[in-house]
Amino acid sequence: MESNNEAACVLPADQVRRAIKRIAHEILENVAGGGREPFVVMGLARGGVWIAEALRDELRNIDGDARVECGSLDVSMYRDDLALRPTLPASVSHVPCSLDGVEVVLVDDVLYTGRTVRAALDALIEYGRPKAVRLAVLVDRGHRELPIRPDFVGKNLPTSALDQVSATPEGVFVSAGSRA
Amino acid sequence: MRHLISLDDLDAADIAGLLSTADHMVEVLGRPQPKVPALRTKTVCSLFFEDSTRTRLSFETAAKRLSAETLTFTASSSSVNKGESLRDTVDTLAAMGVDVFVVRHKTAGLPLSITRWCDARVVNAGDGAHQHPTQGLLDAFTLSRSLGRGNDLSGIRVAMVGDIRHSRVARSTVRALHVLGASVTLVAPASLLPAAFVGAPTVPAGWPVEVSHNLDDLIGDIDVLYLLRMQRERMDNAFISSPGEYSAHFGLTEARLARMKKGSVLMHPGPMNHGIEVAVDLDTLADRGVTNLITRQVTNGIAVRMSVLFTLFGAGSEAIDGQ
Repeated sequence: MESNNEAACVLPADQVRRAIKRIAHEILENVAGGGREPFVVMGLARGGVWIAEALRDELRNIDGDARVECGSLDVSMYRDDLALRPTLPASVSHVPCSLDGVEVVLVDDVLYTGRTVRAALDALIEYGRPKAVRLAVLVDRGHRELPIRPDFVGKNLPTSALDQVSATPEGVFVSAGSRA
Repeated sequence: MRHLISLDDLDAADIAGLLSTADHMVEVLGRPQPKVPALRTKTVCSLFFEDSTRTRLSFETAAKRLSAETLTFTASSSSVNKGESLRDTVDTLAAMGVDVFVVRHKTAGLPLSITRWCDARVVNAGDGAHQHPTQGLLDAFTLSRSLGRGNDLSGIRVAMVGDIRHSRVARSTVRALHVLGASVTLVAPASLLPAAFVGAPTVPAGWPVEVSHNLDDLIGDIDVLYLLRMQRERMDNAFISSPGEYSAHFGLTEARLARMKKGSVLMHPGPMNHGIEVAVDLDTLADRGVTNLITRQVTNGIAVRMSVLFTLFGAGSEAIDGQ
């Protein structure tokens, strides 16, 4: 889905790192009794996985005693729009521990319609009954179609529904979309 | 992918994609509740005009694990016995809202015909001596995963032994293993090779293989011994002189087992003729350093068929533009 338009950088790499660092601090303040209790950051395949891993490293950096595990979740088999979008084989789900009674922070790169998160909630409960589920995203681009809101946001980014947004460790980029 | 009729219709990337999606299905099958909602709006009908245990149940299990509705048509208890034509049978079932037909028939090409008769997706579960694509995929999956090789079998030497002539498994499995880079040698008496091989100076087009008539020439060098079933129900001519003689020349005997490499593997698509293709106690293989993958082939069959059914509907099959 590459666009011919120039992609504009709206968040350079150093600010991506700072946003992740800030989210890590907010998670430690608000989740799992200040990180005293076990909790899991769960990246949504594929775009959320690197962010979840960066968050785990940052959380352990801030507090060496934080009882954080990191996992990944493939939601393609839980989507409500299976036939409408290409589902490429993403990374296979990895759940590091039983989720019964632990707090889970779902992590994704870009929050858009909310349908991926809806699918993720269904996928998640297959692995247990978490004590609570939170949502952290690097970018919230708006255009929600479901009653879902993030608990932790790196950057709010007003977009047109036609824009393409990509979030990488090298920066967040927007290319103005057009119906070719 | 709209239908799965033949592995010849798929390129290397398609096949690798199906195998990688099967990795996800293995993860699903390992859960306490091995089920996902992906196909909950779909109806899968198995349409079997030939006997089958593992393939039909494997497909139906795969469909259920993806939350699809399943219907089973078996020719022996149907209106086919009242003279209903095949076309009418398919039309009738399609009118009941079937989304996928999983078809087995003794006539090569019938699954392809069904794709022209109705809007449903069609998966070939074995047509005559033509193709059995999910068997080829599950063989490639089982072998590559058990060797820890990802989607790469380059350098792996396979001997496929037995009744190539009547075997749709051979056609599909050779294609899948070849695409992943394995080198395959067909081992059979001339009477059990496809007609195109007989008297031909070179291997016929479409068969990326070597041919041998002597298993003992290869048995010490191969990584994979793939035994095919003697299809006695298809043998209306005298293709072999006797089962005992076949076994002596082409079966897995104690003497051949002793010569197999440590770390090599045994595969068989089932159902097995004990005492013909396999004339050893399979429980003794592990002691000789040979891994028996036959049960894993059956287990992986479910994951691979889930991957196929999921991919029919999941891979942007009705994709609209946009993200």
